[in-house]
Amino acid sequence: MRFDLTRFPVVKFLLKNRWPQLIIFILMLAGFLYAIMAGYIGTPVGNNNFGIVFVWIAWWAILILVAVPFFGRGWCAVCPIPMPGEWIQRGAILEPPSRKPRWLSLRWPNKFRNIWMQNLTFTLVALFSAVILTTPKVTAVVLTVMLFLAVGMSVVFERRTFCRYLCPVSGFIGLYAQTAPIELRVKEKQVCITCDGKPCYNGASTLRQAYGGASPSTGSAAGYGCPWDVFPGGLTKNTYCGLCMECLRTCPNDNIAVNLRPFAADLAQPSRKMDEAFKAFIMLGAAMVYAGVLLGPWGTLKAAAYSVGTGAWFGYVAAFLALIFGLLPALFLLAVKVGQGISKSNVPARHSFTAFATVLIPLGLMFWVGFSLSFVLTNASYILIALSDPFGWGWNLFGTAAVTWHPFLTATLVPLQILALLGGLLWSARTALKVSREVKVSSVPVVVFATLATLIMLGLLL
Amino acid sequence: MKQWYYIILAGLAGAVIVFAPLPIRVEAPAARIFRVEASRFAYSPAVLTVNPGDTVTIELVSMDVVHGLYVDGYGASVTADPGQTARLTFTADKPGSFRFRCNITCGALHPFMIGKLQVGKNTLLWRAIGLTLLAAFSGVVLTPHPVSIKVA
Repeated sequence: MRFDLTRFPVVKFLLKNRWPQLIIFILMLAGFLYAIMAGYIGTPVGNNNFGIVFVWIAWWAILILVAVPFFGRGWCAVCPIPMPGEWIQRGAILEPPSRKPRWLSLRWPNKFRNIWMQNLTFTLVALFSAVILTTPKVTAVVLTVMLFLAVGMSVVFERRTFCRYLCPVSGFIGLYAQTAPIELRVKEKQVCITCDGKPCYNGASTLRQAYGGASPSTGSAAGYGCPWDVFPGGLTKNTYCGLCMECLRTCPNDNIAVNLRPFAADLAQPSRKMDEAFKAFIMLGAAMVYAGVLLGPWGTLKAAAYSVGTGAWFGYVAAFLALIFGLLPALFLLAVKVGQGISKSNVPARHSFTAFATVLIPLGLMFWVGFSLSFVLTNASYILIALSDPFGWGWNLFGTAAVTWHPFLTATLVPLQILALLGGLLWSARTALKVSREVKVSSVPVVVFATLATLIMLGLLL
Repeated sequence: MKQWYYIILAGLAGAVIVFAPLPIRVEAPAARIFRVEASRFAYSPAVLTVNPGDTVTIELVSMDVVHGLYVDGYGASVTADPGQTARLTFTADKPGSFRFRCNITCGALHPFMIGKLQVGKNTLLWRAIGLTLLAAFSGVVLTPHPVSIKVA
C-alpha cells in the first residue's frame, strides 16, 4: 500500500526545484551558526543560552518526536552541517557547474563502509553528554568540529562521506527512519536496470555522455549523482537514503517516487548487518542510561556523568560501555539462543541475532520518545526565554525573557510516556513474530527481553 | 474472527488493569516533616514517601548556591538561599509518583536536579506493568497470520 506524493504537481515542483531546499538550508545554516556563536560568546549557564536550548531542547524535540517518526531522514534533507562542504565539493550551490572542481574525491575505504564509525562517534558523544548537553562552549566546540569535519571530508572524499559514515546523529536517524511512513523508491525497477549511465548515481555528466552531449527527452539532466552513495534502483530500506531529492531531479525517466506508506514497512526486511544490530543496542542502552542518570533522583550518578576525567566518570563510562556493548547484546544473544533451542533451529546464531535486532528499532525509538517527552516538556519554557535573550545578556527581543520557568503538561506526561512505551513493546513484539517466521526461530524469548527492558524503562521514568 | 475475539479480550483485560480498584491500605493523614538538603545537583534525601492526605512540610536547606524545589503535579515551590532553610507546606492530596526539581538556575546540571515524591503506592506503575505484560502477550497473539518476509 503506497501513495506517490509526486503525483501532485505542486509537491513535485517543490521537491525538484532547488530553491525551496536552498532557502531552508540557508535558514538552518544561519540558525546553526547562531547557536555556535551563542555557545562561544553567550552565558555559560546552559538553560539561558540559545546554543544549548535550541540544539538540545528545541531541535531534539522536533527531531525525535516529529521528524524521525514521521519523516524518517527528513532532517538529513535540510541539515545544514554538510552544506558548506558540499557546495565547495561541487563548486556550485545550485545546478552542476560546467567545470567540476578538482578535489581529491577519494572513495571511502571499503573497510569502513558500514556504520561502525557512527556507532563509535555516537558513543563518544554519549559518554560526554552530561557535559555537552549542559555546557554551551562544549556544545559549540562539538558543532564546530562537526561542521569542519564535514567540510574537510567533502574535499578529501567523494559525496557526503561525513553524513554516511561518520555523523553521530545520522546513524540513529537512519536506523529509526525505517519506521517512518515515508520513503523514496523507484517506480519501476526495470527502468533503472535498462537506464543508460545511471545518472541518479553517477550524475548528470554521465547522462549527457550517454546522450552524446545532448539533453535527454524526459526528466532533468541538471543533477548530481546520489550524495549518499546509494543507487535508487536498489533501495529497499530507508536507512541510507538521505531524502535529498537529487535523484528526483536527475532521473531522466521520471522514475522516482516519494511514497506515503504504512509505518515500519522496512522492518519486514530484517537486517543481516552486525553494525546495524549494535546501533540498535547502543540506542536502546543509551535511552535507559539517560533516563536513569538525567531524569532519576540519583545525584551521585549525575555527578559521575558530569565529572569528566575523574575516577567516578571512568566508572560511569565503564558501566555505560559494559551495558551497551556487553550486557544488552549478551542477554539478547541468550534470548535468541533459547529461541533457537525451542525451535530446534539450525540457522546460524549470528544470522538470527542480527535479524532479531530489528525488534529493537521500534522499542528503542519509543524509549527515546518516552525519555524525550519528559526532558522536553519540563524544559520547554527555556525556549521562550532564550529566544528573547539568546546570549543571557539581559536582552528582551520578543518580550519573553522574563517568562518564569514552568513545566508543561505534567498531568499528561506520565500517561503519554506509558502509552509510548507500551506502543513500542507491542510494535516490537509484532516485529519479533514477523522475524521469527523468516528465520524459523521462536520469538518468545526475544519478546521477553523486550518486555524486561520496557519494565526497567517504566521503573526509571515513573 | 479469532483475531477479533483476541482483540476484544485484550481490550477488556486492558480496561480491567487500568480501572480496577487496587487494594490500598488507608492510613490516617499525618503531618510529615522532611529536612531536604540541596546541593549541586542533588537533593538529600532524594525520595520522599508520604501517605495520601498527609500534610507535608519540606524544610529545604541549601548547602551551596541558591536552590529551589518545585513539585510537579502540585505546582508548589520554595526557594532557599545558601545556608538558609526555607519551608514549603502542602497537603499531599493527589496520589502517585511526582518529580520535584530545582526551579532556580543553579549551574550546569540544573535542569536535571531532580527528586521524587511518592504519595501512597505507585499504582500507576503497577497498572503500567500489568499493561506491559498484556501488550507483550497481545503482540505475539494478535499479530496477523504469516506474511512472506525476505531477509535484506
